[in-house]
Amino acid sequence: MFVFGQDLMEDSVVWSDEEMAICLDNNRPAMRANARVHYNDVDGFFRKPAIRVGDHEGGFHGLEGSHFMAYVDDLRSGAEVQDDAFHHGDEMVLQAEIGSESEYRRHRLINWKQPHVSRFYFDHNATTPVLPSVADEMRSAALEVWGNPSSIHQDGQRARHSVEKARHQVATLLGATAKEIVFTSGGTESNNLAIQGVATAARQHIVASVVEHPSVLQTFSQMERQGVEATYLAVSRDGVVGTEYLSRLVKATTVLMSVMHANNETGAIQPVAEIAEFARSRGIVVHCDGVQAAGRIPVDVASLGVDLYSISGHKLYAPKGCGALYVRKGTVLKPLQYGGRHEQGFRPGTENVPGIVAMGAAAEIAARDVAVESVRVGALRDRLEAGLLASIPDTAVNGPAVRTPNTTNIRFDGIDGEAMVIALDLKGFAVSTGAACSSGAVEPSHVLLAMGLTREQAKSSIRFSLGRSNDEAQVDALIAAAAECAGRLRRLSPTYAHA
Amino acid sequence: MLEKPPIAVAMSGGVDSSVVAGMLKQRGENIIGLTMQLWNQRRLPELSVEGASGRCCSLDDVYDARAVANQFGIPYYVVNFEKRFEEQVVKPFVEDYLAGRTPIPCTLCNNFVKFDQFIELAESVGAAQIATGHYARLQVDEATGRQQMLRAVDSTKDQTYFLFGLTQAQLARTLFPLGGYEKTEVRRIAHELGVLVASKNDSQEICFVPNGDYAAFIDAYFREQGVDPSHATGEIMDTSGKVLGEHTGVHRYTVGQRKGLGIAVGEPLYVIATEPGTQRVVVGRNEDLQRSTFTAARVNWISIAEPTEPVRAEIRIRNRHVPSPGLVTALPGGRVEVIFDEPQRAITPGQGAVFYSGDLVLGGGWIE
Repeated sequence: MFVFGQDLMEDSVVWSDEEMAICLDNNRPAMRANARVHYNDVDGFFRKPAIRVGDHEGGFHGLEGSHFMAYVDDLRSGAEVQDDAFHHGDEMVLQAEIGSESEYRRHRLINWKQPHVSRFYFDHNATTPVLPSVADEMRSAALEVWGNPSSIHQDGQRARHSVEKARHQVATLLGATAKEIVFTSGGTESNNLAIQGVATAARQHIVASVVEHPSVLQTFSQMERQGVEATYLAVSRDGVVGTEYLSRLVKATTVLMSVMHANNETGAIQPVAEIAEFARSRGIVVHCDGVQAAGRIPVDVASLGVDLYSISGHKLYAPKGCGALYVRKGTVLKPLQYGGRHEQGFRPGTENVPGIVAMGAAAEIAARDVAVESVRVGALRDRLEAGLLASIPDTAVNGPAVRTPNTTNIRFDGIDGEAMVIALDLKGFAVSTGAACSSGAVEPSHVLLAMGLTREQAKSSIRFSLGRSNDEAQVDALIAAAAECAGRLRRLSPTYAHA
Repeated sequence: MLEKPPIAVAMSGGVDSSVVAGMLKQRGENIIGLTMQLWNQRRLPELSVEGASGRCCSLDDVYDARAVANQFGIPYYVVNFEKRFEEQVVKPFVEDYLAGRTPIPCTLCNNFVKFDQFIELAESVGAAQIATGHYARLQVDEATGRQQMLRAVDSTKDQTYFLFGLTQAQLARTLFPLGGYEKTEVRRIAHELGVLVASKNDSQEICFVPNGDYAAFIDAYFREQGVDPSHATGEIMDTSGKVLGEHTGVHRYTVGQRKGLGIAVGEPLYVIATEPGTQRVVVGRNEDLQRSTFTAARVNWISIAEPTEPVRAEIRIRNRHVPSPGLVTALPGGRVEVIFDEPQRAITPGQGAVFYSGDLVLGGGWIE
């Protein structure tokens, strides 16, 4: 419960959201309708929500912010807030450390179909929520930096400056130089550009692993239809790409090897550096799909030794529709499309300035936080994994020990993963299984099948991928909910042997 | 906040199931929308028809179902039942045709997918009941506690013929909210609720066969499975054994069929029987199709327990058949003998026989 300056402001009321009650003295509905909880992301960890109160009904106008006192009824922190208010046009913004991150999260993840059920998001490998500070930068870019970066005038120059700043931010995340970053529409385009840009003639030979993302595997299939020869590297039962046969499968015509940095289903970190060293010594271009790695583990393209590295904005807390491809200086790449000289000719088309700015901002936060955040999230993941394995019998982890710290893929014997995902969703937990086909129905994961799981085992596996929006309380709630769902599903399962 | 256990609505994207979802939601029920992905229409591309609508599991239908679910704020999911559907519906459908029977896949689908796997899935995600857009009514017999099924109020839409296989346990978890309405009323309710698909056409009967050309479907399915369908060719003969011509597969013929025989004789000829063992199609005159008695197997009793005495009933032997009075006698092993008061035309093996007493659905079985 927030109480603003009781002594100064009689009859003032601030609206309350279900999750975060705010009030000023007596409850007055007119004021209630004009206030909103506003999250002012100060440090990228969204620890600084604020209360924004519309001033349309009067009551605040003309008052000094410092006169406000607020008492925070936050179950977790119980913090007292004061002296941290300031005027903002006709809105009064109170900025304060009022709550934990989870308070923010629950508020952000509104359940639009089941308003009474809180939502907890454990599917960060599918996409991540946009960070408030990233959204703010994107909004500013859209409204204020609308010039064409290619224009000569100052409006254009300003846009160019924003794009180049973002390029530098992304380059820093990857250990590259700014000139080596090409902005794209996302991970799929980056992968397509890398593969189609290198393998340009029939009878060339290209190599990928069997556990690549569909944007790599389907591009490979298309290249095969165009006469390019392709070889696929198998994986171990843990899902790690095997390197022992590299020298046998490479040919004089091999032009490209494409291996992902971290697998989206299992989190398995692949021996990219080893493969890159092998390939580059033979003059073969190395592409790495780093969509699931960037921001989750430290990435340095130089030490990996790759020539091309794909990343996606929306896996990094930036919005959908922005991505980048690292192109090592000197790499010969044919563009996918033709037009102007944008992005050094690799990617013609007027730049998506707001998306690029957002991606830059997100990359900067990722680069700054990856060391701390990967440890924090890793501990949560381990807690989740241990909790699930301990509370639900006949479960096993799919994947190796060395994984991205946010991912665990767990097989629940005798359980239909699709039903488990639905049951957990109805309890407010977003998790995933397999790959959604065009209708939204689920097919078993090609990654798990490649690891030697049976179709039944693949269909009984669930991927949990954590991120900034999770905390211990959520993890514990998920363990309890999963145990309950698993118990019910197994009671109904015709294939599960009841002990 | 405590709330009612959810009801899982089987949403096809059509008007009927959309109205069910909207009605229940308006009533304040806690609803989950589920669409069963039963058949991949892209599997047999040679059958794809330009502009064909109302086919099951088309992306358009899933799109519509999802749009309606979002319209009403209903949690919605597509669930993949393709494997079960192929095993329990498509394969038996094909096998039946090759065995000289004329199957009704909708009944198999109801028995083994919609009211079996679907109920199981609904239960596993926490739903206590399911609701579908079928036209049938349910009630509980106070005296015996039995779940009873009645014909729909709208006789032109009544679907009880396809629901005869439902067990007591299945019926106890099922709601048919439309059974008491005329189709025109359902359309009106759809418009009142503002259901996005209110004006959509009704779907055809066999959802996975575009155009209703099941022979083409069977041929295409065989080709996909690497089987040569031309092996099913054989002779057309009359009841005396005289060969009248050749045919291109027993699965192209069904009892009672007149058109498409490709033989010219003085009088109209009808298929009397198909004999898959010898690949023969036997033809004869219309009178040869008239019979008064048959047996049915795998009988399921719904509104009454298996009777120990012969019961009077009206028996329906295909979907469009007007139920005709007769005597139903239970035989050992879940079979019955049916004796019609008047001979009926084209009693066809593989079809269902459903026994009614007025509106009450007593039970049904499979014609042998």
